[in-house]
Amino acid sequence: MNKTVNQKAWFFVLPVVLLVAFNAIIPLMTVVNFSVQETFGDNMFFWAGVRWFEQVLQSERFHAALGRQILFTAIVLLIEIPLGLAIALTMPRKGPWVSVCLVLMALPLLIPWNVVGAMWNIFALPDIGLLGRLINGLGIEYNYTRQIFSAWFTMVLMDVWHWTSLVVLLCYAGLVSIPDAYYQAAKVDGARPWAVFRYIQLPKLKYVLTIAILLRFMDSFMIYTEAVVLTGGGPGNATTFLSIDLQKIALGQFDLGPAGAMSIIYFLIILFFSWLFYTLMMKDEAR
Amino acid sequence: MSLDLKNVTKRVGADTHIHETSLRFEDGSFNILLGTTLSGKTSLMQLMAGLDRPSSGEVWFADRNVTGIPVQKRNVSMVYQQFINYPNFSVYENIASPLRVAGMAQAEIDKRVQQAADLLRLGPMLKRRPSELSGGQQQRTAIARALVKDSDMILLDEPLANLDYKLREELRDELPKLFAGRNCIVVYATTEPTEALLFGGNTVLLHEGRVTQFGPTSAIYRRPADLTSAQVFSDPPINTAKVMKKGDQITLENKVTWRAPKAARVPDGAYTIAIRPHHITPMQQGREASTIEGRVLVTELSGSESVVHFDMNGQTWVSQSHGIHPFEVGVTAKLFVDVDQGFFFDGENRLIGAAA
Repeated sequence: MNKTVNQKAWFFVLPVVLLVAFNAIIPLMTVVNFSVQETFGDNMFFWAGVRWFEQVLQSERFHAALGRQILFTAIVLLIEIPLGLAIALTMPRKGPWVSVCLVLMALPLLIPWNVVGAMWNIFALPDIGLLGRLINGLGIEYNYTRQIFSAWFTMVLMDVWHWTSLVVLLCYAGLVSIPDAYYQAAKVDGARPWAVFRYIQLPKLKYVLTIAILLRFMDSFMIYTEAVVLTGGGPGNATTFLSIDLQKIALGQFDLGPAGAMSIIYFLIILFFSWLFYTLMMKDEAR
Repeated sequence: MSLDLKNVTKRVGADTHIHETSLRFEDGSFNILLGTTLSGKTSLMQLMAGLDRPSSGEVWFADRNVTGIPVQKRNVSMVYQQFINYPNFSVYENIASPLRVAGMAQAEIDKRVQQAADLLRLGPMLKRRPSELSGGQQQRTAIARALVKDSDMILLDEPLANLDYKLREELRDELPKLFAGRNCIVVYATTEPTEALLFGGNTVLLHEGRVTQFGPTSAIYRRPADLTSAQVFSDPPINTAKVMKKGDQITLENKVTWRAPKAARVPDGAYTIAIRPHHITPMQQGREASTIEGRVLVTELSGSESVVHFDMNGQTWVSQSHGIHPFEVGVTAKLFVDVDQGFFFDGENRLIGAAA
């Protein structure tokens, strides 16, 4: 088939190009700008090449933060995705309880992120917080401002509380869209509940689960607000994730060059993992 | 083996989905459930299959009361309007799935799946997944799965409704052949009177959860037991009017008089007359046809047929005829009515007289 050439088509693409340019490419370019130059006060710039990138990639501080970040995201995904799916499976499909459940599930998502951090900060305080008092009352020593394990435990618990709902709502929407006839057909075949889950519900939820994993991956990999309010990266550097570390370098130490380089590396890591997840989960379709 | 519904009803909360119904389907019979959407076809099928328990009454299969026995213990299979297959199984595994659940040997499974696939012309598709098939092939897979396990009863719930025209015609031709020679009860639900007439067999007419008539398809088409049955089993909708019969004349409410049909022995009195659309035509059919006049509302012309909707005394009547008759909207059309083919229903809408 012959393609017609029509230069007017550019006008239709232009608005999108402008929008993407202003909200993504231009801001990113300012970071690129910092990452390849030495920046002094009074807007003095000197070319630095890939020096900052080398420095960041070689620094143990970055490796440690990246390690913490990957561990946190892995734990959170391993808990939230199965838990969210399990809750969605037990939610009612019909009747007055549907809206009650949906509203209860949506509640954590409606709370501003810094408020979530503040809530858990107080909730988990060992001396006056309900959770902190309770755990210590059980005879377990718990203090998230001093113990690394307690800090991680609180952080993971907070994230699970905050974000499992998102997975639940996505999975629930996916489950509700499966026609009743599928369940009937399975019943006619004499399929057991496990088979119904494995061969009907799970395959039908594939796309929804892909979206859920991607969203939760990206968000947990970029966690900042809640963590800063809850622990401020402490105790020591135990909960200093990439975003917190980046903020410390950029605005604490005002090392704009390394901060710029780190931002770009951070961005590329997220891009790479998102691509990886998506490709792996969609592999079957491409056959 | 036959299926017997004995006085079954189905109520959900305050709603009655199925009013008291008794039906008997014989072994090897093809039975059509005909009714509009929400008339209770699916509810009735679920009671037959054992997917649902009747609120009262009993379901018997052969000489056994199966009322409380769930579907998986009854050896029935079902095909739905949506194309229901296991999404991540190949066509082969989909067709084989009921046999696997039954624990059949691999060699026997191979043989049966191959047979069913050949019958439904799925041979080359066996390795594909449902998402890689056309709608027609997906539904063929579902039908193959229903056929493969030698069920005592196969229930098809509007299986052709989601297919496009060509595929629908194709499968419609094949279906009766697939079931011929099988010792199972076939129940086929549809909203289309034409489909029932094409399949023949027996037809159950359903209206608002009630069985209005049950019998051999052509017989109940020719003699609807009551007005509702005539309305359910007519497409385009059957034309009705209140009439007075006196001697050899019948008078409509708008004072039009027709000659009374000779064959039907109808005593004088008030009736509702019902005339199928194809018995009202722009051309004179018999020697002394009665006529009717009405303002044309819509004319639908298909390649070889004209369907004219016209206003008859405040009611919409429909004429369906061969050939192209392009009536303009708004003109008063004069049409010929074959009164001999009309049905007379009494004050309680029971059939009193019909063409012999």
